[in-house]
Amino acid sequence: MQIHRRSFLRASALAGGGFLIGLYPKSSALAQNPRAGDASLLPSDFVRIAPDGIVTITARNPETGQLSRNMLPMMIADELDVDWKDVRIMQADLDDKYGIQFTGGSTATPNNWDPMRQIGGAARQMLVAAASQTWSVPESECTTASGRVIHKVSGRSLCYGELSSKAATMPVPALKSVKLKDPKDYRIIGTTTRGVDTKDIVTGTPIFSIDVTVPGMLYAVYQKCPVYGGKPISANLDAIKALKGVRHAFMVQSLLVPGKFINFLNDDPGLEPGVAIVAESWWAAKSAREKLEVKWDVGNWGKQDSEDIARRADEISKRPAARTLRKDGDVDAVFQSGDVKVVETAYVFPFIAHAPLEPQNCTAHYRDGKLEVWSSTQTPQNGRQIVSRVLGIPEGNITLHLVRGGGGFGRRLYNDYICEAAWISKTVGAPVKVLWTREDDFAHDYYRAGGFQHLKAALDKNGKLVAWRDHFIGYGEGETFTHTGHLDPNEFPSRFVPNFLMQASVMPLGLKTGALRAPRSNVYAWVFQSFIDELAHAASKDPVQFRLELLSAGPPAGTQGVMNAERMMGVLKLVAEKSGWGKRSLPKCTAMGVAFYFSHRGYFAEVAEVTVWPDKKIKVNKVWVAGDIGSQVINPGAAENLTQGAVVDGMSELLQEITLKNGGVVQANYDEHPLLSMSQTPSIEVHYLRSNNPPTGLGEPALPPILPALCNAVFAGTGERIRTLPITKQGFSFA
Amino acid sequence: MINLTINGKHHQFDGDPDMPVLWLLRDELNLKGTKFGCGAGLCGACTVLVNGEPTRACVTSASDAANASITTIEGLSRDGSHPLQVAWEELDVPQCGYCQAGQLMSASALLAKNPDPSDEDIDTAMDGNLCRCGTYIRIRAAIHKAAQLGKSKPGSLATVPAGKDGY
Ligand code: FES
Ligand code: FES
Repeated sequence: MQIHRRSFLRASALAGGGFLIGLYPKSSALAQNPRAGDASLLPSDFVRIAPDGIVTITARNPETGQLSRNMLPMMIADELDVDWKDVRIMQADLDDKYGIQFTGGSTATPNNWDPMRQIGGAARQMLVAAASQTWSVPESECTTASGRVIHKVSGRSLCYGELSSKAATMPVPALKSVKLKDPKDYRIIGTTTRGVDTKDIVTGTPIFSIDVTVPGMLYAVYQKCPVYGGKPISANLDAIKALKGVRHAFMVQSLLVPGKFINFLNDDPGLEPGVAIVAESWWAAKSAREKLEVKWDVGNWGKQDSEDIARRADEISKRPAARTLRKDGDVDAVFQSGDVKVVETAYVFPFIAHAPLEPQNCTAHYRDGKLEVWSSTQTPQNGRQIVSRVLGIPEGNITLHLVRGGGGFGRRLYNDYICEAAWISKTVGAPVKVLWTREDDFAHDYYRAGGFQHLKAALDKNGKLVAWRDHFIGYGEGETFTHTGHLDPNEFPSRFVPNFLMQASVMPLGLKTGALRAPRSNVYAWVFQSFIDELAHAASKDPVQFRLELLSAGPPAGTQGVMNAERMMGVLKLVAEKSGWGKRSLPKCTAMGVAFYFSHRGYFAEVAEVTVWPDKKIKVNKVWVAGDIGSQVINPGAAENLTQGAVVDGMSELLQEITLKNGGVVQANYDEHPLLSMSQTPSIEVHYLRSNNPPTGLGEPALPPILPALCNAVFAGTGERIRTLPITKQGFSFA
Repeated sequence: MINLTINGKHHQFDGDPDMPVLWLLRDELNLKGTKFGCGAGLCGACTVLVNGEPTRACVTSASDAANASITTIEGLSRDGSHPLQVAWEELDVPQCGYCQAGQLMSASALLAKNPDPSDEDIDTAMDGNLCRCGTYIRIRAAIHKAAQLGKSKPGSLATVPAGKDGY
């Protein structure tokens, strides 16, 4: 990661004893003298060892429930050789000294694996040096354990706290020269540690963004046009202002250009037009809103309707595709050759919403040209940038406190709610908390893009896949897809099939789209792994066997941008073994399905066992997950929790859809966009294949395979292929 | 004027009688543990006990709760010593954590009545409490664990702190 390549280690003594070692952004003067002045300079990641031996480590990434807060400190603590119970974790606010602060894309593990261990190892090295000087013995005779340096020969030992002041004066090793542990000596990495906030969560301590209060704070609701790009023309503001508890009511216009195609994040206007109501309590603001009457200019998209979109996609599918994303060999020649079996079909998937359980909210206080913000965001840097643009104040005048968020899933990559709070606070000249209703959240999300995939493939007489064509109909303008609504030309099975054609056409869209946990993969896995299943059945082959054969036809391992087929075969074989694939006799109406998917550097294969009753109710009995995320699973308990959650999340997605009517979103709450419940949750068995690769993340890659694995099981049990989501469109539901 | 007992402590409220108990707790009494998820009785994030019954505070008005005794997550135990809180911590149930106060309150009502529930009993009692992060497997395991802990500590599964000043 770039930020770390430009960093170096520096150590300093702390007033009152103790020692601080940190990773600092490179500036030439300091690089030459790692102990030189400039006390104002602060490390991006640091370890502080107090005289009492307590070790404090910063967590710089925002926490929205992906359980990464422990993970980076675990890497440091293991190399430092301290006991986990002596480690304290401190959440950082947004500050440039921390470099990139970001949560998403399963990036935390791969980006931090080396630098975090190096910090811990360097500190340990300096503590050993301090002990060896104190005792006048060679460093090579000193060992460490549980926060102590030990000289075995003489039976002496000193705890880190006692050594910390002296350690601060020892030579600081260069980052690259730090000696790291042999993985077999890990005592914390690979051992479950509990969430640092768990106690606060179970006692109801106010740690979430929605819990923030600031003296003199007012509460606001913000009504936007149900149609994207619409704006208010007039509203009964005087009547609203006269209501009990209401302090202000006003219209907000914005930077948004109605109807303009916008590629988020960079062009995100941040602040959409609307009407703000500010009151003494949130309940008063929300009650007043029920009396609000707004005349909207709905702009260009007031007639948008899901049924029209589907009709239009159908017409487009009958015409040649607008453009080609990838072409290998000659698919048409194979389709026309006559001695192949051709399978042709279409998969249709809807827009869906993020709907994290904590509704969007933000507390902002604008005063004398400066802004202070408390909120949960996965992209605090983007947030600060957009807010600075919206308010017209320099970024340096904005302080952003990172508060725990009740779920992210990609929704809090976008910072619209922060812009609203900032604007409203500036307008009314008081601290303001903006809190959305759940209905606001469903109506104004950055939805996972829907789409249509028209697929055609050919099998030769040995049942081998020899040609694959995909016409993807998505959304966008010209050559540009809507944000995160694109299709990657390297998508599997490209390069595993000699004749491969991937084409696309786009339709215009007046709706914001965005990244949802495992962006694109969360639904392309369903499309491609369902179709591959159809091909396995068409070839009269076992679905695991067919996939293994397909994977062995791939390019050599290490080919840039392509998944490593060996690793995928590893997890596929493991999940088949663990689930007893093809080896168990199953009760009536019961069947198994399999799928695999590569995303965010992670390799996952999953098997679902389902019982489907004649009324099309699906009982998911069990799910087996096999993942390869490298040589170490850093925090196994958290990994299992996240992986099981990913399966549950994927199952929920099979039930969800966002549709449009008169330009607005139809679904308003969880009853219309469901989440799986406890009784519908199967038992989920998780296995990891520890391969000789650097550790990578798992917040996302564990999710995609469950959708196709489950639908493939339904096919195996019923003979009915699910080609349209949500599954309720074909009459299925979960028992 | 509405009289309420919250976590064993008496309160009087003279604001909007239509205000849901959720906002009364959160914004008037500064008890932030009870969470807002859907505002429509659909998710369970706002679950509190009203006279021992699990109740969605977002759709229960202050006037509906007049003279009732309400227990919130803060009243389950402040120090995390209720067997459910202990079990939740031990199994490290939460992901984002946002649903968990509501989950704990529904679970506490279940255990108060049925100190040794089966999987089915748990599913039935908990089905209205959604977890967007999908921690259901651990929630179920933690309820079983709490039931065990409760056996060894008689009286510990009670949900209203008896005879001590509330919060
Ligand atoms: S907030 Fe009350 S049930 Fe969802
Ligand atoms: S832990 Fe996130 S909603 Fe349950």
